[in-house]
Amino acid sequence: MDWSLLLQLTLNGLIVGALYGVVAMSFVLIYKASQVVNFAQGEFLLVGAWVCWWMLTEWQLPFWAGFLFTLAFMTLFGMILQVVVLRPLIGEPVISVIMATIGLGIFFQALMKWIFGVFAKPFPPIFPVERVSVLGLEVQTVYLLSLGISILIMAGFAWFFTASKHGLAMRATAFDQQVAQSLGVSVPKVFAMSWAISAVVSAVAGVVVGVVNGVSSALSFYGIKVFPAVILGGLDSVVGAVVGGLIVGVLENLAQYLDANWLNWGNMYSIAPFYALILILLIKPYGLFGTRAIERV
Amino acid sequence: MSAALQVPAEAPLLDVNNIEVVYNDVILVLRGLSLRVPQGRIVALLGANGAGKSTTLKAISGLLRTEEGEVTRGEIRFGGERIDGIDPHLIVRRGIFQVMEGRRIVADMTCLENLRLGAFIRSDAEVKRDIEMVYAYFPRLKERTGLAGYLSGGEQQMLAIGRALMARPKLILMDEPSMGLSPLLVKEVFAIIRRLNEELGITILLVEQNARMALSVASYGYVMEQGKVVLDGTAEALASNEDVKEFYLGGHGAERKSFKNLKSYKRRKRWL
Repeated sequence: MDWSLLLQLTLNGLIVGALYGVVAMSFVLIYKASQVVNFAQGEFLLVGAWVCWWMLTEWQLPFWAGFLFTLAFMTLFGMILQVVVLRPLIGEPVISVIMATIGLGIFFQALMKWIFGVFAKPFPPIFPVERVSVLGLEVQTVYLLSLGISILIMAGFAWFFTASKHGLAMRATAFDQQVAQSLGVSVPKVFAMSWAISAVVSAVAGVVVGVVNGVSSALSFYGIKVFPAVILGGLDSVVGAVVGGLIVGVLENLAQYLDANWLNWGNMYSIAPFYALILILLIKPYGLFGTRAIERV
Repeated sequence: MSAALQVPAEAPLLDVNNIEVVYNDVILVLRGLSLRVPQGRIVALLGANGAGKSTTLKAISGLLRTEEGEVTRGEIRFGGERIDGIDPHLIVRRGIFQVMEGRRIVADMTCLENLRLGAFIRSDAEVKRDIEMVYAYFPRLKERTGLAGYLSGGEQQMLAIGRALMARPKLILMDEPSMGLSPLLVKEVFAIIRRLNEELGITILLVEQNARMALSVASYGYVMEQGKVVLDGTAEALASNEDVKEFYLGGHGAERKSFKNLKSYKRRKRWL
């Protein structure tokens, strides 16, 4: 047993898992507010990362400016997407909406390849120091940044949903749209807001991953990784999304360790979460934190 | 000269004029319904199941539109302005708040969160003070810190009314506040309704199955049947009306009738 490697992998798993958690949260946000299973979540990361990359390389903006521009762009992007594509589909069968989001995913995937090419492109270096040592473990600076940003976003979500009235309105809309309207909440606005927030948060994750690995269409794979995370946590639970993301992150790294040392099956890193997904669906289809309807007897 | 002008007798806060409501483009639910709610009063809307009472409230609050319903004729005026055809979330902002049938509190939120949600349309700094005011009316809500879904039926009704107060409405549309409550709780809820009207000056349009209770707090009442108003009058007049007594207040009284003699068993349509 190589303990330091195991520890290192677990730490990596937690860091990547936190990012999964963030993407999963933004996925759950859309699902909760507007009951849309968004298969284009991964493309949100992709679009966000490419926009930021473009700002930094072509426009030579400093990182913070490019980053802020990306956030503003993604706010509009999410809102417009909801208004133009999803709003006309309200009331249509679930399968139509799912097909529409799959179509969106393919569209943006191809569009990004068309505009930026098929090869991974690295971000310009952002930090002077590549790696730092934390408790004797080597950690990339961007990973620390990623963890910090993930925690910030999670805290932001927690604040938004319990303290701000728009967060409360979103929860009320998720619970019962008619009730929300009777309280003065505009449901179309809540839908647009949920897509905007989701797009922004996903884009932040996209930029972070892009800074670590370079920007390429592989980024949208995060949109697929989100499924084991949210199914594990419960499709309609924000807390569950975070926990699910962390578990998936650690799981894939430990599976990799197991595989490299003993099993030698190959590629367990990307497969293991989906084995877990199947298991969860068999045993606990509502996930760890999924809704159990309150019933008074 | 202005003194000589004809001043209209106290324009009502809410004026529903000859409205027709159609669901799904085909089902005619309200057929020429008119009613008026004067400022600062409690008005009761009585009627049997399916008479269109809830539909009337939803037509006023605009929630009809969330159920594929539409006001196809007539007009609804609030404070003199037309409000039919406006989105429900904008009608709330004009000061009409509907407390829907069956409480409809957000079960997976706490009491406090439900109350804060009631103040969604407000952005002033007095929300906290109003929460204390709601607690003053419903002291037991203050002790409940868990999810609202676990409250008792009576507490949920109180929370629903408290949530309405948080919006500082001019007019509350109350749909069956007594539903599913014990007689004691019904009394308590109606005492609160009377206090809200007297102390806060909130105008209330009250839909009730419990006609006796409704007429005891209301100053005026309408009786609906098959989508129309068939009888209206002051609460006292309605309470002493023979037909109302028989069909809504229960047949018992000085002379007890046998069921054979009850009108409801003789003919179905009574008013039309």
